[in-house]
Amino acid sequence: MKRVLILIFVVVFAGVAIAKDAQPNEDPQIEQRMKTLTEQLRCLVCQNETLADSRAELAEDLRAEIRAQIRAGKSDQEIITFLTDRYGQFILYRPQVTPTTYFLWFGPFILLIGGLIILFRYIGRRRDSIQDTPLSSEEKKQATELLTAQSRKESA
Amino acid sequence: MIKYLIPLVLFIGLVVFLAIGLNRDPHEIPSPLINKAAPTFSLPELKDPAKTLATNDLRGKVYLLNFWGSWCIACRDEHPILMKYSKGEVPIYGIAFKFASDDSDERSGASQMLAEEGNPYTLVLYDSEGRSSMDYGVYGAPESFLVDKNGVIRFKQIGPITDEVWNTKILPLARELNR
Repeated sequence: MKRVLILIFVVVFAGVAIAKDAQPNEDPQIEQRMKTLTEQLRCLVCQNETLADSRAELAEDLRAEIRAQIRAGKSDQEIITFLTDRYGQFILYRPQVTPTTYFLWFGPFILLIGGLIILFRYIGRRRDSIQDTPLSSEEKKQATELLTAQSRKESA
Repeated sequence: MIKYLIPLVLFIGLVVFLAIGLNRDPHEIPSPLINKAAPTFSLPELKDPAKTLATNDLRGKVYLLNFWGSWCIACRDEHPILMKYSKGEVPIYGIAFKFASDDSDERSGASQMLAEEGNPYTLVLYDSEGRSSMDYGVYGAPESFLVDKNGVIRFKQIGPITDEVWNTKILPLARELNR
């Protein structure tokens, strides 16, 4: 009995949760644009969720606002400006390239280049320290003597 | 010697960098509205919907604009603090708001809360559709804005005002702006 009740509860409330955001009369084209736009935006209440997925009331209001602005013929850029004017850059998952975000955007490349420079200098220094000096004639003679002595021993 | 010091210095730098990152509250997002003109509104009073107040009516005054709602638990936490400072130097204007997607009757909810727990506000306005709260970029109620005589936002508090915030930030800044 208890299980049946829980099941009924779950089914009924799942319906409610879906119904709240469903927009049956909405133009699918507007819905699609709204979705692609909100997937790049952060919900400020839950922060790790996109505006498209969030169930927070603020997110719901903002989705309604974006729908209304699309219907009013606003461009995506205008809508994003509307949001960043109010909520700041933080609402964008992809931060804009401005002087304050230069380090964020270009820092990794600077680190990469710095790392490569250090790596090549290290390799170069190592190569220099292992010097390839040719044998002097005295040393060569010594070496051949040793080698011939060795091969004689083996053949014997 | 320097050869061994460089990695150590780099490591300490990294630790400091990460420590700052970890100790910052991720919910405190710098507002783009600081040092900008306060967004304009013209809203009905909570008590008497026939009367309205607009941003222009507040020109020449240093005031605190507080966004709150009876549905917001942190606002209830903040309420006694506002009561404590309500008779002070800084007039507090309240905007009771709710989200458009919330279809509860906030007008009566807010009125009831003020009747039960006291009214710290010089005047309370009512924003039924959350339009003004959106214009002010409110995402974590309560949020408060200190506005100067020229209608420019000078300080924003996200979340409840505490004694410390009032005494170390809002009050000294309001005094300076009133000078």
